[in-house]
Amino acid sequence: MNKYWIAVIGASALAYGVKIFGASVPESWLSHPRVMRINLLIPVALLTALVAVNSFATKTRLVLDHRSAGIAAAITLLIAKAPFPIVVVGAAITSALVYRAF
Amino acid sequence: MSVRRDSFSVSFTVGAYGSAFGAASIAAHFTVLQTCLLSLLLFSGASQFAVIGVIGAGGAAINAIATSTLLGTRNALYGLRMAPILKMRGIKRALGAQITIDESTGVALAQSDSGIEAMREGFWLTGIGVYIFWNLFTLLGALGAKAIGDPSAWGLDAAVPAAFLGLLWPRINDRKTRILSITAIAFSLALVPFVSAGIPIISCVLLAVLIGWRE
Repeated sequence: MNKYWIAVIGASALAYGVKIFGASVPESWLSHPRVMRINLLIPVALLTALVAVNSFATKTRLVLDHRSAGIAAAITLLIAKAPFPIVVVGAAITSALVYRAF
Repeated sequence: MSVRRDSFSVSFTVGAYGSAFGAASIAAHFTVLQTCLLSLLLFSGASQFAVIGVIGAGGAAINAIATSTLLGTRNALYGLRMAPILKMRGIKRALGAQITIDESTGVALAQSDSGIEAMREGFWLTGIGVYIFWNLFTLLGALGAKAIGDPSAWGLDAAVPAAFLGLLWPRINDRKTRILSITAIAFSLALVPFVSAGIPIISCVLLAVLIGWRE
């Protein structure tokens, strides 16, 4: 089994485990203020790192390439309050144009 | 009536983003079958993007699984929040858990003025609606990406970070989240040259714990 299959099956199984856990445990278990605060911050930390690494790294090298241009377009569109699909498509078009130009 | 309208519009718009996931997953070298299984079984947008984002960046399966699972922990809190409203048992709880995500919880809680029946209806209609459209559009996006060839030539490799950014943007809403976000950029990129791919991403959980520890 390659890493793609391991990731698909492992992540899916644990995702369901987390969901059923939340639906089954007594409320007091997870309602500690510190747990709630950290839980709100985890997506911010991980999503930010995913943006940074997927825009400026290739394996273990830092790079500036067509994807960096795409993410710059996405930031501009988000500041202009564009809806999600426009942001994704705008980033893709910008990145594709830069990729084809060089 | 407005519950049904809310549920449908959320289901369709959010479901349509599934095409971005489907296309990005193919760009990260997942097969069409693996892509569809992620939407059917994992069914949590940010976690799905994390799996393909970490593997696509060259990370190991264990890093992809850990990042995806930590991004999904909020679903447990949604389940906790919804449990006293839904009062599910047995098979209904097993199915309901799978569709306990941002959108079903959000629409349900938005109906709190209209009573508990409206909240339940909002949860089930939105959860099932997003499930159907998200999976349908995932397949369409994957097949579309398969048909066009070189992902970079169509900007699909930039669509992945742009999608993460779109998910992240509304969550950066105060001083604490801004500081965390800027720190996470610096920390993850600083680690890139020194550790294997995928580790810089998951390491940022430490920052969330550090910054969230104190009030």
